[in-house]
Amino acid sequence: MENRAVPRFWREIPQRYSIIGNQCGVCKKFYFPPRESCPFCRRKSIGKMETKKLKGKGTVVTYSIVHDAPDQFEGQAPYPIAIIELDEGPHLTAQIVDCNVDDIKIGMKVESTFRKIQEDGYMGAIYYGYKFKPVG
Amino acid sequence: MRDVAIIGTGVTKFGELWDKSFRQLITEAGSKAILEAGVSGTEIDALYVGSMGSGRFIGQEHIGALVADCSGFSHLHIPSTRIESACASGGLAVRQGYLSVASGINDIVVVGGIEKMTDVVGSEATNTLATVADQEWEAFFGATFPGLYAMIATKHMNDYGTTREQLAQVAVKNHANGALNPNAQFKREISIDAVINAPPVAYPLGMLDCSPVSDGAATVVLCAAEKAKKYIDNPVKIIASGQASDTLALHGRREICTFDSTVHAARMAYKQANLKPKDIDVAELHDSFTIAEILAIEDLGFVKKGDGGKAIDNKITTLDGELPVNTSGGLKAKGHPIGATGVAQIAEIVAQLQGTADQRQIKDAKIGLTHNIGGTGASCVVHILEAM
Repeated sequence: MENRAVPRFWREIPQRYSIIGNQCGVCKKFYFPPRESCPFCRRKSIGKMETKKLKGKGTVVTYSIVHDAPDQFEGQAPYPIAIIELDEGPHLTAQIVDCNVDDIKIGMKVESTFRKIQEDGYMGAIYYGYKFKPVG
Repeated sequence: MRDVAIIGTGVTKFGELWDKSFRQLITEAGSKAILEAGVSGTEIDALYVGSMGSGRFIGQEHIGALVADCSGFSHLHIPSTRIESACASGGLAVRQGYLSVASGINDIVVVGGIEKMTDVVGSEATNTLATVADQEWEAFFGATFPGLYAMIATKHMNDYGTTREQLAQVAVKNHANGALNPNAQFKREISIDAVINAPPVAYPLGMLDCSPVSDGAATVVLCAAEKAKKYIDNPVKIIASGQASDTLALHGRREICTFDSTVHAARMAYKQANLKPKDIDVAELHDSFTIAEILAIEDLGFVKKGDGGKAIDNKITTLDGELPVNTSGGLKAKGHPIGATGVAQIAEIVAQLQGTADQRQIKDAKIGLTHNIGGTGASCVVHILEAM
């Protein structure tokens, strides 16, 4: 991510390390990443968004295997990437690890695991966050 | 709101044009369109230019002023505005020009679109393209731009039985059309086997499912419709302009296999034109990836959701089909200089409606549609054009 100041990354540490989202105090819908307001309750939700740690369990909605990877991921390719629906409702994008790529299926149950995501070249920062692995 | 017509178009060749600079490309396209329209510099009320990523591709922002300057208009001090909406920058520039003429503020505006993508090396072009996706919550975790469209393809294949061959057929058809377009980047036909066996980019998509990295520019001249025939005999009217947005990240959508931005932009356009999908004779759709054209024919209402793959099998979208799609070769074969694409789509439909599309000409085309997507469907612009 070329020459980005470190705060751009540490500011997101709670979300990326621990899947901290939030919940609208009005309609009770969960959000990840956390939102400033609920898109459905809008002004009624301002000041009523409650921080919540999500369980990190979910289901694969769809996936792909990335072969042509950006420089920061080159050593990892080919790697699976997926859209995951968390049990609380929000969707996110993450890599799937700890399984054979041929075993990945839509509808597969997965859980989060803390991993290295990418590194900013040989001398740059190393970034961590969530990936997902099959349950059990 | 008053009617708006197109009185001139200009498109450069698309491709890896190493000997041409950003300034040369936009001036070449602009000169062609302005000469065709026969307008003089002092008649031009405003300039709009669509460019997605000039800051990263050529290290130059402030494109509005640059384009006015290199086109020779700096001494006329014409208002010049740069428009950015990812891959829909060109289509949105046309819409902004259209709105300014429709409003009565301007009589004649020139709308350009450009991208000069081959002045960067290595993975910089790919990295710049990734900025149209959600950098913090998609790209950071390893999702590439083709990877996101590939996830749509995986889901479409799973939910609707769309096949790898049907995806490949989109590229085969668009290359066949591109072979007839002198400005296309790829003027050659390809086989289904070539698409399926191409190097993998992101499963299930391979290299020949993806539009290329291209240089190129396109320009159209817009004019209040009541004055259009003063300039040319066969102006083309913009009878509708629709635009819509959606979540930046693909994972935030209501539905992975529907671009709601297309659905809403199309609804706005069909309503304004008082037309239905079946009234469209020819369409230029945003086939940045093969799956994108399948999604587009569904979301625009040409076929039922899920039937996009079958429509390809049934040859509905070929040059001699019921609804020819991407007669220009589309983004896939004509090339995809990002900011130029939406403007070049308009230019192709104008050629079809004026009957000047040569070997690609669709007989008796009266009404045409353009569809320009930004990112993975976070933005969409739809225009409907009619011969005057």
